[in-house]
Amino acid sequence: MRFRLEGLSARHGSARAGTAAALTELDLELASGEQIAVIGPSGAGKTTLLHVLACAIQPSSGRLEIDGREPWKLPRRELQRLRGTLFLAPQVPPLPPRQRVVTAVLAGRLPRISLAHSLRSLFYPTGIAQADAALARFGVSDKLFARVDRLSGGERQRVALARALVAQPRLLLVDEPLSALDPTRAAQAMTTLTGAARESGATLVTTMHDVPMALASFPRILGLRGGHLVFDLPASAVTPERLQALYAQHLDELHGTGPVRDESARATSAPVAMNCR
Amino acid sequence: MVSAASVPAIGLRDPAWTRRVFWLLAAAVVLWPLLVLAEFKPWILLSPESLKPTLRFLADFFPPRIDAQFLLLVARETWRTVAIATAGLALAIVVAIPTALLSVRILSVSALGGRMATLPALMRVVVRGVLVVLRSVPELIWALVFVRVVGLGPTSGVLAIALTYGGMLGKVYAEILESGEAHATTSLLRNGAGRIQAFFYGLLPTNAAELTSYTVYRWECAIRSSAVLGFVGAGGLGQQIDASMKMFNGAEVSTMLLVFVALVALTDRLSAWLRKALG
Repeated sequence: MRFRLEGLSARHGSARAGTAAALTELDLELASGEQIAVIGPSGAGKTTLLHVLACAIQPSSGRLEIDGREPWKLPRRELQRLRGTLFLAPQVPPLPPRQRVVTAVLAGRLPRISLAHSLRSLFYPTGIAQADAALARFGVSDKLFARVDRLSGGERQRVALARALVAQPRLLLVDEPLSALDPTRAAQAMTTLTGAARESGATLVTTMHDVPMALASFPRILGLRGGHLVFDLPASAVTPERLQALYAQHLDELHGTGPVRDESARATSAPVAMNCR
Repeated sequence: MVSAASVPAIGLRDPAWTRRVFWLLAAAVVLWPLLVLAEFKPWILLSPESLKPTLRFLADFFPPRIDAQFLLLVARETWRTVAIATAGLALAIVVAIPTALLSVRILSVSALGGRMATLPALMRVVVRGVLVVLRSVPELIWALVFVRVVGLGPTSGVLAIALTYGGMLGKVYAEILESGEAHATTSLLRNGAGRIQAFFYGLLPTNAAELTSYTVYRWECAIRSSAVLGFVGAGGLGQQIDASMKMFNGAEVSTMLLVFVALVALTDRLSAWLRKALG
């Protein structure tokens, strides 16, 4: 699956028109099977880039081509089918608290199965072995039948990654996969993720706060800052000077003391009144 | 010692006082014409010519009628009231689920890319309009209509509850689904799942507890309302109370009122327990 971005600008979904774009004039090409880490200080547009690649937000200008087709010119049904081959794992694990882990993991294959099959699977899960194998690769298979709200933050994050494996996408986009994991678990999760993508020939793009881990695990590094692409280099060519420049005024994030988790994704809303009608 | 001259006069007066007086007077001015319009004359209750029949009717309440034959009838009618409410609510859920799903914005695939497409947006407006009509007509009116159509009996009560409560549940379900956490659902849609799949794997498990809790609360309301519907001939305990009232049979009325109070208290406890178990 090849991606081409030409002069692409985008603003984040929740941003109002007229505010500064989160990505400006981006030119980028991704080849099939590549593994890429996106680094940069907070607010650089890393998440927006993932959303654009996942066809979750429409670019405000410029072109996005996937395998030579422009997704936003496709009919809606066709676009939704295309989305089924891309997988976006958001930073906050998107798991309903009362759902069981097995169901949450198997939800990854929804685009590939029929509605009847997905309903039957709610009654009795049809891919228990598959879910178990995916969980085992992240070391959480003992939670197979536990409820999501009984899990720790790190376990939830790994369950969400297991869902990504079950989805068997052709492009895997992962937003901060390691933010809630301890160093050992993080290294294990990283190896699993890159290994699984290599086995299936999927392209893998992740955003990372952990710069040394990114440099160690990924052959190609994109440096984003203020919505602009600062560099696009092989990991070996990313020098400390370039990192200093990329993270200037945000050096605490480069050294791992800065803000790691972004909780703003959790929307707060007023409770529904139990009124009479 | 603090001399009177050194403290400014304004310092010792409650500054909120004038505002308080103003709002009290304003409330009186607004309420008075309303009370006049509503012919609110509570002293009529205490006038001798209305007091005498009231007291005579109330005196009949004691002792309540408790012979076995009558109690059996009351038990059967009470059970019928519960049945009307439950069947009506079940039908209401059948009306509410599809309409709620049609009117929820979170499940829109086209809204993912920014604006919702025109046709689905229009459909949402229409569905919401239908729900407004269903719930703004009181169940009593629906019951009167259905008594004409299907005749006296529980069927009209069931249908009346189904329509009004279908409208209410549809609206509130949509509000609950709309106001809950959307993250799990939009993630599924973004990853290519269908709308119904996203509902069953994302939206429903996120909001299941709140939806069930509201439904149980509504069931409790439906039991109370099905007793009222009996007065227009829709069967159940209400119809029996109405019949006994017309015969000025206070003993029967008091038994049935006591049973009804017990029934409401019981459903209240049951619904509180169920909601606690779900929460």
